[in-house]
Amino acid sequence: MLSTESLAQIDREIAKYPADQKQSAVMSALRIAQVEKGWLAPESIEFVATYLGMPTIAVYEVASFYNMYDLRPVGAHKLTVCTNISCQLQGVDAVVAKIQAKLGIGFGETTPDGRFTLKEGECFGSCGDGPLCLHNNHTLHTRLTADNVDAFLEGLK
Amino acid sequence: MSLNVPNHKVCTWTQDYDNPASLATYTANGGYEALKKILAEKTPAEQIIEQLKISALRGRGGAGFPTGLKWSFMPRNYEGDKYIVCNTDEGEPGTFKDRDILRFNPHQLIEGMIIAGYTLGARAGYNYIHGEIFEQYQSWERALDEARAAGLLGNNILGSGWNFDLHAHHGYGAYVCGEETALLESIEGKKGQPRFKPPFPASYGLYGKPTTINNTETLASVPWIMRHGGQAFLDLGKPNNGGSKIFSVSGHVERPGNYEVRMGTPFSELLEMAGGVRGGRHLKAVIPGGSSVPVLPGATMMELTMDYDSIAKAGSYLGAGSVIVMDDTVCMVKALERLAYFYFEESCGQCTPCREGTGWMYRVIHRIEHGQGRPEDLDLLMSVGTNISGRTICALGDAAVGPVHSFLKHFRNEFEYHIEHKRCMVGA
Ligand SMILES: Cc1cc2nc3c(=O)[nH]c(=O)nc-3n(C[C@H](O)[C@H](O)[C@H](O)COP(=O)(O)O)c2cc1C
Ligand code: FES
Repeated sequence: MLSTESLAQIDREIAKYPADQKQSAVMSALRIAQVEKGWLAPESIEFVATYLGMPTIAVYEVASFYNMYDLRPVGAHKLTVCTNISCQLQGVDAVVAKIQAKLGIGFGETTPDGRFTLKEGECFGSCGDGPLCLHNNHTLHTRLTADNVDAFLEGLK
Repeated sequence: MSLNVPNHKVCTWTQDYDNPASLATYTANGGYEALKKILAEKTPAEQIIEQLKISALRGRGGAGFPTGLKWSFMPRNYEGDKYIVCNTDEGEPGTFKDRDILRFNPHQLIEGMIIAGYTLGARAGYNYIHGEIFEQYQSWERALDEARAAGLLGNNILGSGWNFDLHAHHGYGAYVCGEETALLESIEGKKGQPRFKPPFPASYGLYGKPTTINNTETLASVPWIMRHGGQAFLDLGKPNNGGSKIFSVSGHVERPGNYEVRMGTPFSELLEMAGGVRGGRHLKAVIPGGSSVPVLPGATMMELTMDYDSIAKAGSYLGAGSVIVMDDTVCMVKALERLAYFYFEESCGQCTPCREGTGWMYRVIHRIEHGQGRPEDLDLLMSVGTNISGRTICALGDAAVGPVHSFLKHFRNEFEYHIEHKRCMVGA
């Protein structure tokens, strides 16, 4: 079950589409559920399926296809760093090395205290501002360098 | 600058102002005038399409398809619903212009989409926004609210009796959804797997209804063209390559960023605008249109102008105008390894040649980069690529092959050196 605030948000999404096309709101519904719960547990996926009148497997297909849904628990701060070509040329390797040393984890890992998860991302469509780190899927931190990345991480505590 | 005078800042002029994204800034400088005129005069759709054809506006999403021609494919007398869809799923490495249109000039896109909706007889429009730019998804929705409150969207727009509305759809991390039919599947609430074409979206699109899909920059250029006429837009650029274009310049330049210049501007001038190669180093290579188009040697690029025809003649594509600059410190094997990983990671898995082939290419380049390459690997790479090309439902497969074949064509010696010496020749 989701909060009334989350349900109101999902209803606003449903209203964007024709009345017989509720399924179009599945991506937003999953996002909204993930924001509330931290990750997409099987119960959340089932809830979204029931709410939108979809087979659970169809919702699971969507949740597992798109990269930003978390089907397993993540840390309180999920950090996704784009390592694609433009960011690579603009120095992301040094930024990643700094983050990994500071947090003591590699890509795809979570710190033992459950505070940080580090993920490797693909192009955010924001390369001119790279290197970049996406915080909890929704906030983009731009123009990171080996020098300012410490301050960025401290700011998250 | 403003929309009142036909200057070359077609999509980026609002950046001269303090509140570039606000409705007030947009309307104070000629925004929504084109729409008002069209609605007041009930301009026939044919006339609007004719101006687009004269303008030689070509799709800014990568393929460069003439926009006026695309709009003319929509069935005129269809009884049911039709849709206009905007593609802001900008995720092609090196491309970051559409995000800035949403950030700094959201209303020009809204006006362009409303004019498209009117011309094509659509009941509604959707803008599909790339997952990682949630902040722009929210800000574009705020711009829609502003437009709705001003009577520019919804029922009886500006007293014309015409109803039309726009909505934002947020992606959540899948490059392939930039492909137009994968994007439609995604709006329908499914996995983003491209559809077979034909049927094309103009006959079977969103929810099976006639649909036109255009890139953000394409649609945002429409109000300018309607305001000043197709000829004025054409005159900004060169024949068959109308208008200005936003070039996203990234990589080894002093000032990565977006630069809107006339089509046909020399590459050397664009490079200069971005501050030149960082640290005054030597220009080694340029990918002129986003990661999917063939790389060109720096010396070749310095002779070219930035337009579809000039870049195509040199063996690459203008694509989305995403210029990735590499200086002489770049190891081409390492760069290609990263690109190959991207296509492997983002293949939707539907077509075997792409799903398996992108993995093969990545693994072979990976082992070359890591000193385990074999002499026969370069031929193997060429043949895997050849076996993907033209054998897939969508163009992602070809997009994965373009970099591999072109890196091998222009920088083969670096790959051979890696295989033979088990290390990089750059800096060696
Ligand atoms: C793998 C792949 C990714 C694409 N990504 C985008 C994209 O991010 N934005 C875009 O506008 N077009 C993208 N396209 C092109 C679209 O399919 C389509 O041609 C375009 O949106 C049409 O708009 P236009 O005619 O205004 O350029 C992509 C195509 C492929 C094959
Ligand atoms: S390559 Fe990193 S945001 Fe595009």
